[in-house]
Amino acid sequence: MKYTPNPPWVAQDMLNSMGLNSLDDLFDDIKDDLKLKKGLNLPPAMGEMELRRYMKDLAARNISTEEYPCFLGAGAYDRYIPAAVEQLLLRSEFYTAYTPYQPEISQGILQSIFEYQTMICKLTGMDVSNASMYDGGSALAEACNLACNSGKGRRKIIIPDTVHPEYLKILQAYSLSGRMEVLVVPGREGAADIDAMIAEIDDQTAAAVIQQPNFFGVLENGERLERAVHANKGLFIMAVEPVSLAVLKSPGEWGADIAVGEGQPLGCSLSLGGPYLGFFAARRELMRKLPGRIVGETTDLDGKRSYVLTLQAREQHIRREKAGSNICSNEALCALAAGMYLAFVGEEGLKEIALRSHQLALYAEEQAKSAGLELKYQQPYFMEFAVKMSDPAAANRKLLANGIIGGYQLEDALLLAFTEKRSRDEIDRLFAVLGGKVDE
Amino acid sequence: MSKLIFEKGVKGSNSFSLPEAGLAQPDINQTLPPIFLRHQAPDLPQISEVEAVRHYTELSQRAYGVDNGFYPLGSCTMKYSPKINEWAARIPGLAALHPYQAPETIQGALQLYYEMQEILAEITGMDGFTLQPAAGAHGEMVGVMIIKAYHLNNGDKARTKMMVPDSAHGTNPATANMIGFDVIEVKSNPRGLVDLDDLKSKMNEEVAGLMLTNPNTLGLFEEEIEDIAAIVHEAGGLLYYDGANLNGVVGVARPGDMGFDLVHVNLHKTFSTPHGGGGPGSGPVGVKAHLLPFLPIPLVVKKEEQYTFDYDRPLSIGKAKNFYGNFGVIVKAYAYIKALGGEGLKDACQNAVLNANYMRHQLREDYNIPLDRLCKHEFIINSKKQADPHGISTMDIAKRLIDYGYHPPTVYFPLIISEAMMIEPTETESKERMDDFIAAMKSIAKEAKETPELLLGAPHNAVIRRVDEVKAARKPVVKWEAP
Repeated sequence: MKYTPNPPWVAQDMLNSMGLNSLDDLFDDIKDDLKLKKGLNLPPAMGEMELRRYMKDLAARNISTEEYPCFLGAGAYDRYIPAAVEQLLLRSEFYTAYTPYQPEISQGILQSIFEYQTMICKLTGMDVSNASMYDGGSALAEACNLACNSGKGRRKIIIPDTVHPEYLKILQAYSLSGRMEVLVVPGREGAADIDAMIAEIDDQTAAAVIQQPNFFGVLENGERLERAVHANKGLFIMAVEPVSLAVLKSPGEWGADIAVGEGQPLGCSLSLGGPYLGFFAARRELMRKLPGRIVGETTDLDGKRSYVLTLQAREQHIRREKAGSNICSNEALCALAAGMYLAFVGEEGLKEIALRSHQLALYAEEQAKSAGLELKYQQPYFMEFAVKMSDPAAANRKLLANGIIGGYQLEDALLLAFTEKRSRDEIDRLFAVLGGKVDE
Repeated sequence: MSKLIFEKGVKGSNSFSLPEAGLAQPDINQTLPPIFLRHQAPDLPQISEVEAVRHYTELSQRAYGVDNGFYPLGSCTMKYSPKINEWAARIPGLAALHPYQAPETIQGALQLYYEMQEILAEITGMDGFTLQPAAGAHGEMVGVMIIKAYHLNNGDKARTKMMVPDSAHGTNPATANMIGFDVIEVKSNPRGLVDLDDLKSKMNEEVAGLMLTNPNTLGLFEEEIEDIAAIVHEAGGLLYYDGANLNGVVGVARPGDMGFDLVHVNLHKTFSTPHGGGGPGSGPVGVKAHLLPFLPIPLVVKKEEQYTFDYDRPLSIGKAKNFYGNFGVIVKAYAYIKALGGEGLKDACQNAVLNANYMRHQLREDYNIPLDRLCKHEFIINSKKQADPHGISTMDIAKRLIDYGYHPPTVYFPLIISEAMMIEPTETESKERMDDFIAAMKSIAKEAKETPELLLGAPHNAVIRRVDEVKAARKPVVKWEAP
């Protein structure tokens, strides 16, 4: 396939109009010994029909969550996406546009971001939101980065090991800057050890972090941590799961300064881990320190309500080498999907989805117990929990053989997630296999 | 005035519902302690499906993408995004995969991922690739982390500075700062290329590396690239390739052969994945052999005809992003490369360079072109010829282009050219389309002399006129509040 519309004779006319003979003349500024002699060593080109078959074959060699019920969560959730979201995302005015630098022909995209920002503020109970980040993990790293760039010279981040392990890995990489010291505090019984975290808070502490629900699905009680870190003039950062916020206490209600999270459950397909979006919201006082793009409301010359990228002094265009963050392209189309998702399921729908997930998890706990299995942690959970398992890998293999995508393998347990897409029957089958009632 | 979705709702009009669970609905006030529960409802939109569909359709009609028309936004490579790739990324066998599924259940996806690592290495002349970064700036960040980790691993702690040309993208200095480097700016010479004397005088054992875009942001190939590489390497630094402009050389020359140690590429530029209104992108990073140990975890490897993840990389910088990167974007870029093959990529590059040079020739009579010589995929003009006597600026020309139905070029960048307009037609524009644009530009040049008010007040035909940006920044309103 070629997507170059000019046939060779037109290209030749264009070359002639410039007094050139061949396409090679266009590369006279590159020394010959730097040019590829034989061309790239890549497989031959494919026509569209051939390509379609080829991609279909590749896809057929995977087992998708459309075929097998999926009990994996651990930071990415198999949720239902309304058909309207999928359809509208295919409007190519949206997906073939670039960042809305020219507001006069980008009002649709700017307004959609403004609406997204508003919805994220409503969900998190915060005052301001940016236009999105890469994902939950990098959003948390940027939040910690912001806390350390507050100008007070504080650099200590106190974080429990009950936060998603990949988020911790990302934080480790971001701390290569030397501006951030990450102190990971071991948890207790699947929850953050709040006393141990509080004991670490000092006048060097930039922020304390918790994830809600945490990596193991357990609900963290951040009340005392919030008071302690604020008493020491540090920031309280929460990483939260957006669907659960329909019923769980919002970061704003917990007293958080920054709320971040993985936005994938809001209308993004699992897609082997991306593209997703990170959301990033904060209290008003931090607005001018937020990373990434922000859309603001203003007026045009005629006084008409309009939207525009604003507060750009924070970004890399202006104070190039002083910018607190380098983020430029974000996940705009995923943020559009998130806004659409919230519009199509609505206030009541989101609550129903959240409650259904909780309900199925409670039912699953009962079934686990009847199957003779035990939860790893005796802690309150929302929609995900770990079940003790002597050989989790073997358990997953057995599940797979029975047409089920199992859980996330912990050392001595399987972490299982229950979204609204799961059914009572699927849960019954899950525990029939795990409880040994189904043969290999 | 277009209403916000919050201004359209009718309580009770949304009819989304789930199938029956066949279970008793527990009272969450009984199943969870009250401390965990929300008191104030989030107050999300309550709108019917049909009205929400109309809302977003209306928003799309006030957006402008490559499918609407010519989009010569310099340095952004707004080429056509083939439709088959959109289809491919949405096949359930690729789109409905959980990132923690066992490798044996995702062999097709891992093969694609593995081959993409290899293909990008071949295209850029590198020895290995991570596909994890989510965007160009994210790739830069991973690249600069690798540079830092490399020097620290050598016990070389004195390298606290990063060199960046004055023509660089703003993300280069911002990235270097973010990873804790002091930024040193290298000057451009009068030909718009790196000033070798300035580079030599600033290069020393405190410098970790040089971040370079080639072709640079003026659209010019750094002809002395081998000398630049030698200067950086002799002083122990690393040479980083910002791949934003790879479309100007892809299939013709490779950064790896020019002396670069590591690169990032933008799948959403060179490899046609759509820009999505500002993302998702994908910014894979490739390295030469001496930097392989520092790549983020995991990489996909092939062992006995099986594909799997390799996490056992003790010197790795860790992770830059959850999971494995923007897989959905990688699928589209992979399909694009499969469709084109090596020859097709070269053809794309040649046509991109042909189109840019053709437009430069056609515009030189009416517009000032500060560096008017053979360019690669893009070139810079400015409004110098239009400035007198009516004070027409580059912004006025850009806004007037909107009235003619075009997305304006990149404006006021690069910073080293005053009133710059950066034009990148890409290879997917036909001569007819470019001739129409050229005619519009010529007409605007005429208007600048004869009817300047048409430019000064532009746009006239857009859904809004120019916006008050100062007001937006001074009294920021960044979310909707119920009246």
